[in-house]
Amino acid sequence: MTHVDMAHPYFGAFVLFVLTFVAFSATLFLQRFVSRKLARLDTEKLKLSIYECGPQPTKQPNKIGTQFYLIALLFILFDVEIIFMFPWAIDFKLLGWFGFAEMMLFILLLAIGFIYAWKKGALEWHSIK
Amino acid sequence: MDAIIIETIIKAVVVLAIISALAGFGTYLERKVLAFMQRRLGPTHVGPFGLLQLAADGIKLFTKEDLIPQNANRLLFSLAPVITAATAFIALSAVPLLPEFELFGYTVKPIVADINIGVLFVIGVMGAGLYGPLLAGMSQANKWGLLGAARTTVQFLSYEVVTGLSLLAPLMIVGSLSLIDINNHQTGGLSDWILWQQPVAFVLFVIAGFAETNRTPFDLLEHEAEIVSGYVTDYSGLRWGLFFVGEYANMITIGFLASLIFLGGFNDLWFIPGWLAIILKVSFLFFFMLWTRAAWPHVRPDQLMWLCWKILMPLAIINIVITGLVMMV
Repeated sequence: MTHVDMAHPYFGAFVLFVLTFVAFSATLFLQRFVSRKLARLDTEKLKLSIYECGPQPTKQPNKIGTQFYLIALLFILFDVEIIFMFPWAIDFKLLGWFGFAEMMLFILLLAIGFIYAWKKGALEWHSIK
Repeated sequence: MDAIIIETIIKAVVVLAIISALAGFGTYLERKVLAFMQRRLGPTHVGPFGLLQLAADGIKLFTKEDLIPQNANRLLFSLAPVITAATAFIALSAVPLLPEFELFGYTVKPIVADINIGVLFVIGVMGAGLYGPLLAGMSQANKWGLLGAARTTVQFLSYEVVTGLSLLAPLMIVGSLSLIDINNHQTGGLSDWILWQQPVAFVLFVIAGFAETNRTPFDLLEHEAEIVSGYVTDYSGLRWGLFFVGEYANMITIGFLASLIFLGGFNDLWFIPGWLAIILKVSFLFFFMLWTRAAWPHVRPDQLMWLCWKILMPLAIINIVITGLVMMV
């Protein structure tokens, strides 16, 4: 098998996209229809309430730690780096020493930022008190 | 042109049918393998060897009450499982599943979309699959769901960095992002596998694959002792089932990626024909994931982050630098 360049290579992905969304949504729709006929329907208030250990919850403080946002910021930094490195990796032999030196410089700059984040404690998991 | 359109649609339907059946069969396999490793019998009652357990579970999930808890965002709550399941299958569209074969005198290429940047496409679509757990956790007015979604996001994002970096070194050797080209680079049998040139990258990729499919050392999103069930806390019935199908389809995708990039893909191996070789490789990787679940405990969330950012990521970058140096000299 060899790779062939086609006019519309993404057509298959599009077909699968439409197919999966339609198929799974249709299954869920059908399930709703069937379960209305078969399942025991019971709209008791406590059952419909959000999950808790038994008592009916009144109000929940839905907050998450700032650590999650910090990691997301780090991800943006390093994932952009990876996307930048993909074309370089593909044309690695073509670019030669010049490309290699350029990328090493880029990695060095990022490593400085990474060490800074590490020293600042962005990678530690702080306990919330 | 029409022939190509019809062929693509048939291939898409076949891939969807077979892989979703395999994903369902995977749940049976997981229960059976785990049971034998723990000296139990696993499912035995429904059908021979409990094989029909899958059908029984399906009927049970299908006839359950369709429940949306109060205060939940109804649209996002119903959309999230569909996103998870769908992206798992869309990612498979760029993966060549088997070698070419003849069917009724017609040569079939078992790849739905022959994309020239296959690896990047698969990683990207699997990354987009993150929206499933994220929307699921945020749509329910439930702190366990929200915490589970936050944990999932952080885990996916961190390990996606490791996945990308670990794949860069083999890509430097091959010089193409198409999975077919990567496979054809390793035609010379066992000694030609990229695994021998890039053992570190393989280990990193497998670890990151475990984290991206929520397998056991890293399945903190559904850690019962801490956050009940994570992002699936308020889900029940077939919606919950769709999350499961998505997870198992993702395991199969990771298995295919690892076998195609590192383990020689679907090339003939000694006397084993190519199609059997890749099925055996993917099956072994799938079994390896179940095996790890039986043998290893969880890690803590802080250990997870520490492992990813302080060990795996620097290791991956050093691997790339060394690969580059060796290739240049």
